[in-house]
Amino acid sequence: MNKMTPEISGGVGDSPRKVETSEKVLGRARYIADLSRPGMLHGAILPSPYVHAKINSYNTEAAMALPGVEAVITGDDFGHDYMGPFIKDEGAIAKDKVRYIGEPVAAVAATSPEIAREALELIEVEYEVLKPVLSMDEAVADGAPIVHDDLEKYIKIFEAVSYDNVMSETKMSEGDVDAAWDDCDLIVENVYETQAQNHMPLETCGALAEIDGNGRIELWSANQSVFRVQANVCETLGLPMSKLRCLTPSIGGGFGNKMEAHIQPIVVKLTMETGLPVKLILSREEDFEMIRARHPFRIKMKTGVKNDGTFVARDVEILMDGGAFSDDSPGVLGYSMLCSRGPYRIPNMRATGQVVYTNRLRFAAFRGFGNPQVNFASETQIDEIAEKLGIDPIEIRLKNAMETGDTWFGGQIVESVSLKECLSKAKEASNWESKRKAYAKDKGPIKRGIGLASCGHISGLLGTGAIIRLLEDGTVALNTGATDIGQGSDTVLSQMAAEALQVPLENISLASPDTDGSPFNWGTTASRVTYTTGRAVVGAAKDVEAQVKKAASQMLECAVEDLELKPGGMVGVKGVPGHEVSFFDVSKYTHWAVGGPIVGSHTLVYDKPTIDPKRATVSGTPFSNIGAYAFNTMVVEVEIDERTGQTKAVEVWSATDVGKAINPKLVEGQLEGSFVQGLGYALFEEMVWDNGRLANPNLMDYKVPGALDVPHDIHSIIVEQPEPDGPFGAKGVGEVGIVTVPSSIANAITHATGVALNKLPMTSERLFEALEEKEESDAA
Amino acid sequence: MSTISLRVNGVERDVSITGCETLLTILRDELKLTGTKRGCNQGVCGACTVLVDGVAVRSCLSLAGLHDGAEISTVEGMADRQTLSSIQEAFSETGAVQCGFCTSGMMMATKALLEKTPSPTRDEIREGISGNLCRCSGYKKIVEAVELAAQQISAQEGAS
Repeated sequence: MNKMTPEISGGVGDSPRKVETSEKVLGRARYIADLSRPGMLHGAILPSPYVHAKINSYNTEAAMALPGVEAVITGDDFGHDYMGPFIKDEGAIAKDKVRYIGEPVAAVAATSPEIAREALELIEVEYEVLKPVLSMDEAVADGAPIVHDDLEKYIKIFEAVSYDNVMSETKMSEGDVDAAWDDCDLIVENVYETQAQNHMPLETCGALAEIDGNGRIELWSANQSVFRVQANVCETLGLPMSKLRCLTPSIGGGFGNKMEAHIQPIVVKLTMETGLPVKLILSREEDFEMIRARHPFRIKMKTGVKNDGTFVARDVEILMDGGAFSDDSPGVLGYSMLCSRGPYRIPNMRATGQVVYTNRLRFAAFRGFGNPQVNFASETQIDEIAEKLGIDPIEIRLKNAMETGDTWFGGQIVESVSLKECLSKAKEASNWESKRKAYAKDKGPIKRGIGLASCGHISGLLGTGAIIRLLEDGTVALNTGATDIGQGSDTVLSQMAAEALQVPLENISLASPDTDGSPFNWGTTASRVTYTTGRAVVGAAKDVEAQVKKAASQMLECAVEDLELKPGGMVGVKGVPGHEVSFFDVSKYTHWAVGGPIVGSHTLVYDKPTIDPKRATVSGTPFSNIGAYAFNTMVVEVEIDERTGQTKAVEVWSATDVGKAINPKLVEGQLEGSFVQGLGYALFEEMVWDNGRLANPNLMDYKVPGALDVPHDIHSIIVEQPEPDGPFGAKGVGEVGIVTVPSSIANAITHATGVALNKLPMTSERLFEALEEKEESDAA
Repeated sequence: MSTISLRVNGVERDVSITGCETLLTILRDELKLTGTKRGCNQGVCGACTVLVDGVAVRSCLSLAGLHDGAEISTVEGMADRQTLSSIQEAFSETGAVQCGFCTSGMMMATKALLEKTPSPTRDEIREGISGNLCRCSGYKKIVEAVELAAQQISAQEGAS
């Protein structure tokens, strides 16, 4: 965790303040709701009141007649143009039918938000109610109503297996599971269930679009990728991408729900209809009902082991609720299966999974991307096995832990594995052994427990780029197209550029993402920006370094090979102090005399194959190239009040391998924030539907953790085992720290009480009932 | 329509209201002070927290018309131009700011807390900010920020 170049302030390993902190504490950072344009109209959206219904007709005359209303749009104003990162099944607005309560059916642009909302009440829609699909089981039942009649016709960007209400079906296997059961001394099998969690960034979704005289549109919106916004809007409106420029204001958190489009296509359509700027900000209730949530899973998992604790075989069956539209669901399914073995050696593996359409809002990417769900099953099952064999939970994990050079499930070689170090450090820091023994003797009513879980999580996928320009005065402009949603990528990428070019951080400026001027970036998702975009920044800096050296060699009349960068924005002859020129001198020379202005760039796409066909048999896998794994071991200490079933997490140790902490304080911020978001998921957050209607679409009824709910301390233990091709060795840290939260808390609860719930969230009520049941069966 | 007078960050502001506007709407839409955020519009998240006569209130639940003549403090009044206040410095220094959407409300809650309890314990800090939600930080660095701000403010007061 040391600074790489002590002379460079704000370089790699340093923890400077985030580059945008001052504007945020001054209240001057502009989020989407803070923007306005002259003559701007305000939008409002009419949500579907039905779970599943055919739309027969619209009558918008009364709404249009209301003074101040400039446009009313419905499904009739859109063609059959669809978006979707894996399966293109979703239009900008409901067309022909509605598939969930809250789905946008019509939209209005008016001179004030009040008039826009008043107009919504004047829109008449004639529906023909259809039988709904309210659950995963209903979706796969014989004779189930079909959510998407055109599923077969949809464009799919992978070899999707889709039929009836099955959006995507994936299979993966290694070894011979069926034959391996005979070699096992112990086989444990359970069903695990997880719930829908709302992302609940403090900022709701919103957008502001404006059209110019040539029909070109400028779109500002709450986003995690201006490029995904551009692609989605253009696909649903049939627009060439050259006609739409996407930009980003400050973003008030995302966690996955702003990655793909939300209401941007509707807002762009309203501006195209009216010729005027249109802004639309969702209310909290609309955001809850209309946008996205974490997938509910049902996982059947069976693991076989030897008496000495060696893992032999595992069979996993996943059923996932995808909701009304596919969005990232096929990816979440495939990724959860890829992670269903965990970071362990299990020679015989089989995973099969289905994600199904239901009449609920779309479930989608949410920090962890399917890994927390399978990790809950896997890590609690490992503890059950360890208990039955009388082996310590850490020992059984150490025995089966992957090491550098081992393959991940699917066959990809992992070049940097630090699981054993994470396990050992967490064990030591938490005083595991003595607490494990002491807490087992608690008599109640307050019982203490300590539990742990481990995971691996990717940081590399898809395309990205960086452009670095040397400005006339020798300072540096960086442009990556990566949206900082609060986690600190603007700062981390700037620190990398500072380190690579040996200039102080304050000499780096960072361009805000803009599809007109930034290089492509898939998005701020999948823990990928530090690792994937960081590689592009380092590559662009190398390009600039080469150009700087070429100019300097002419200025200093020496060979390029004899030159090196020196701290403070200098380039000079190696080992010869004083024989050097500054970036300012170089920039003057190239701008005004010889060579031309210096612009460096680098682009890449993560291209390491996920599947090795010699090791694994697969079908219906949604992605071919993902990897670069970070690792985590979470130890959680809990206190449980047996009289109420309430669980309190009192202290946490999150040992996490990040390859290299570019900014240690920001790494801590990710680990602490991940834990608390996972704490809500583990213990009380749950979206609840009543006959297809979300029963708790507000913060009164949907509780997220507050300052009184969090542990006394969350210890971030940063492990640094470099990723060979990572920027300065870095891996991603955005998600790895949430994956193990439900599983480690569950294991701590089991340690304290002897009860395993196998179902999230582990509310007081559920635990209390389970404790009562246990008491009855113990007495019997 | 009627006119009310608010003293916002030390400046007298006359505002026309119909009567149904919340203080948050007046601050954001009429006075263009957008540093105060709307997170839930229901009084739960605390992103809209401002001080009214020194007391932390949720401006999304508070009708502007009830505050005629009141002294309103918002995030825009915390700094002396570009010079950050102790609370702003502490939030910046400890890494308590991630997305920043809760930050202004959180800092106003902090200001109210420290004016009443200049040297709070960790539990008092948690209690003091328990009405303000943050989805990014996990609260650890926010608690540290409030502790640091308290230390800096008492050090300054000791010196003066």
